[in-house]
Amino acid sequence: MNIQNMILTLQKHWSDYGCILMQAYDVEKGAGTMSPYTFLRAIGPEPWNVAYVEPSRRPADGRYGENPNRLYQHHQFQVIMKPSPDNIQEMYLDSLRALGINPLEHDIRFVEDNWENPSLGCAGLGWEVWLDGMEITQFTYFQQVGGIECKPVSVEITYGIERLASYIQNKENVFDLEWTNGFTVRDIFLQPEYEHSKYTFETSDQEMLFNLFNIYEKEAHRQMEEGLVHPAYDYVLKCSHVFNLLDARGAISVTERTGYIGRCRNLARKIAKTFYEEREKLGFPILQTKEEMDRD
Amino acid sequence: MTKRDLLLEIGLEEMPARFVTNSMIQLSDKIQAWLMEKKISFENIKAFSSPRRLTVQVEGVVEAQEDIHEESKGPARKIAVDENGEWTKAAIGFCRGQGASVEDIFFKEINGVEYVHVKKFIKGHETKSLLPELQQIITSLTFPKNMKWADKDLRFIRPIKWLLALYGSEVIPFSITTVETSNWTIGHRFLGNKIEIKEPKDYEKALLGQYVIVNPEERKNAIRSQLVKIEVENKWVIPIDEELLEEVTNLVEYPTALYGRFEEEFLALPEEVLITSMKEHQRYFPVKSYDGKLLPFFVTVRNGGHEHLEKVAKGNEKVLRARLSDADFFYKEDQKTEIESLLAKLKTIVYHEEIGTLAEKVNRVRKLTNEMAEKLDFSKEDKTVADRAAEISKFDLVTNMVYEFPELQGYMGEKYAMQKGEKEAVAKAINEHYMPRNADDHTPGSHVGAALSIAEKMDTIASCFAIGIIPSGSQDPYALRRQATGIVQTLLNKEWEIELEWLIGSALKQIEEAGIAKKSKDEIAKEIAAFFKLRIKHILQERRVRYDLIEAVLGNEIGSLPSLVKRAEVLETRKNDEGFKENMEALSRILNISSKAENAGEINRDLFENEYEKNLYNKYMQISEKMEEKISESDSYELLISLKLEIDDYFDHTMVMADNKEVRENRLNQMVMLARIIRKFANVNEIIVK
Repeated sequence: MNIQNMILTLQKHWSDYGCILMQAYDVEKGAGTMSPYTFLRAIGPEPWNVAYVEPSRRPADGRYGENPNRLYQHHQFQVIMKPSPDNIQEMYLDSLRALGINPLEHDIRFVEDNWENPSLGCAGLGWEVWLDGMEITQFTYFQQVGGIECKPVSVEITYGIERLASYIQNKENVFDLEWTNGFTVRDIFLQPEYEHSKYTFETSDQEMLFNLFNIYEKEAHRQMEEGLVHPAYDYVLKCSHVFNLLDARGAISVTERTGYIGRCRNLARKIAKTFYEEREKLGFPILQTKEEMDRD
Repeated sequence: MTKRDLLLEIGLEEMPARFVTNSMIQLSDKIQAWLMEKKISFENIKAFSSPRRLTVQVEGVVEAQEDIHEESKGPARKIAVDENGEWTKAAIGFCRGQGASVEDIFFKEINGVEYVHVKKFIKGHETKSLLPELQQIITSLTFPKNMKWADKDLRFIRPIKWLLALYGSEVIPFSITTVETSNWTIGHRFLGNKIEIKEPKDYEKALLGQYVIVNPEERKNAIRSQLVKIEVENKWVIPIDEELLEEVTNLVEYPTALYGRFEEEFLALPEEVLITSMKEHQRYFPVKSYDGKLLPFFVTVRNGGHEHLEKVAKGNEKVLRARLSDADFFYKEDQKTEIESLLAKLKTIVYHEEIGTLAEKVNRVRKLTNEMAEKLDFSKEDKTVADRAAEISKFDLVTNMVYEFPELQGYMGEKYAMQKGEKEAVAKAINEHYMPRNADDHTPGSHVGAALSIAEKMDTIASCFAIGIIPSGSQDPYALRRQATGIVQTLLNKEWEIELEWLIGSALKQIEEAGIAKKSKDEIAKEIAAFFKLRIKHILQERRVRYDLIEAVLGNEIGSLPSLVKRAEVLETRKNDEGFKENMEALSRILNISSKAENAGEINRDLFENEYEKNLYNKYMQISEKMEEKISESDSYELLISLKLEIDDYFDHTMVMADNKEVRENRLNQMVMLARIIRKFANVNEIIVK
């Protein structure tokens, strides 16, 4: 099965379980969790079921397109369900079946893996799912987001698309993966992989990046004061990406590192709190819609 | 009385493997305690577990609590019966309180006084009616990590999926969150089905039919024998790491061992790298040849049967290949960099925000190592080695390999240092300085490794204490306890007579100079010494030294550890000697009275008033001279107890607290001098003598 069909299959699967199919969020980010569709929506009592593909940038993992396993940008298929359904593990295993992975022919295990992202004030408990020894999915019950206790709890399922595809297509090199008929990952992504790696490690303007960090941070704070959560959060994402670029370049000593992460965390926490308050002011509209639907 | 078996199974989403066994034991212990508390007798209790279930099976649980027959004692006859022979209010009230009537009263004599008694009978409840209390037992379980799920309020190890609760063939009714008890269970996630359990005794067998070996010991043994089979068939040796075996046992419900291979070229990687990749990351068992060489194979344990094993092996091979290619890449990259350029990177790595960079830590450790080498009178060669080893002790922390495999710190340091042309002794010390890595690990073998290890650990302890990171209760994020124990054990194994107070002071001096300390040096030193005393106490307890003897040797400065332990052991072996009590009492008298001295001065022999004072003085002079020499702890002990005669005679004939001030002070001075040499051995007045 090529990647395009994998994505279509997963979208169909989760759509059938009532997930809203979203598109990737248009600001650079390191993981699907950082999308506002996850980070913000996991906060508060409103139900929320979504699925989307998230291109995730990890500047430090860039390898000029030369390493068979590492990418500057890979793809995650992200599912969020709030509250976490009782049969979520079965739903997930069914998605593997839909992808043509018959559990009876493999060794599938749920191995403890707790997830923490201190820079976003997030913590969760769950597993990494192993397929014949390979980690193909992160499976997490969010316990805290942006420093706020989750109630109800969301479950997050993150498939590593390339990982899973390399298994399904039995390829050793990520660039050999077929995206769709006649197109491989190499055709589509090799050049940007090379260029982004070169940019990240060699040609980026560090001074400009440091300036950008400060500018973005300032703007995030300013928008927070206006009570505008989403624009503020976009700037936090930008801060985070700029930070990752600088970090990959080795431009940030470990001393400074803690400081920068702390600055991102403060912003994220503030935004989480404000988002909750803003939704509360609106009377948690999705919760009301849901109640009306249940009544009908 | 009729009996039935009891069965309780909590079905869960996969629990963390490391918590399964303890959770099972906890559930079993709590149920057992509850049965005993409720006076419900039973024959036998068994516990089972798998990643998805915690089970307790109790055989022969009687159908009702024991009836209680007891006699209750009431007021004495003269209070219970008035002058007219009528029951008093006291007697009537007592009966009412006991649920009895005055007709039930009989008298019983206790110590010659007759008291009112009634026989009480409490009918036991039916077990069946009490069993729903199992619900509270389940919700009272505690786990190292709890979670919440969906919109439930319960915190538990993982979400509860089903509850199987049977008393005989009857379901015990209760529910937790929205899960209600039933008589069914679920088999293996892929191979099994949902099945009904008719009777508790059917449980194990029924689950086996659904591809679940629910008895963890049986599961472990199954894995063990499968490993042996693979060993024999292929003429391999598969060393069993018990910890890994335990983990794997708790990762699968129906184990099937299988093996795969990796490319021989990867054998060029250091063995520890290969083993770590297999064990820590993939939970594989590495494979060796009869002569102990690592072979390009691995064994993994699948959660399932024998179907499609080749496919599973192939998948696992692919994963390991990717991991090893990564490791190989890092290994080759690391070989391109020089130690000096790696050392430069340490300047940018913060060890702790308030303590500073790794480079700064290394500098302190280097200085302390050199001071120790001087004090321990190392050879010139060893001093050079120690200095270089300390200087480069942390260079491997910034290599790619240690970044990827943090557990290989030190080990990679040794490997790379050798490759980069360092002396073997230097390379070895880099690895050794992390020892002992855990409670079962050895202390460093080489002198240099030992000194570096002690210096590094002491710097960590001193700098943490300096900024207020002090272990308390279960809080010890920097594993300072383990490090302190490591220092003590290393000093003991090396028999180094270095005073601990000197070590603490030397480490703190640098920390104070670096401006890290939040308190005065002396204050921190005191806290650290007290912390070490607790560690030493543990070590002495493990060596089976009696508690009060430990207190006695720890009453003063710690000083040299080998000497301290020997003194404790001398006391421990001599404590049953004839005369031990009298000897200790004599020495304790000195300690006790010496505390009355306000300030000690010189002894003026002209002020002696009797010969016993003189005798004691002469004896003191004689032994204190000997004690100055390097003599064994048991010789010191002999010398001290040889004072007994003179001490006894002295106190029989001398009043220390004499009226004459001059005489009194002189006598106190003598006591203080004596006390000083006694305390050097132990605070003998802490010793309990009977």
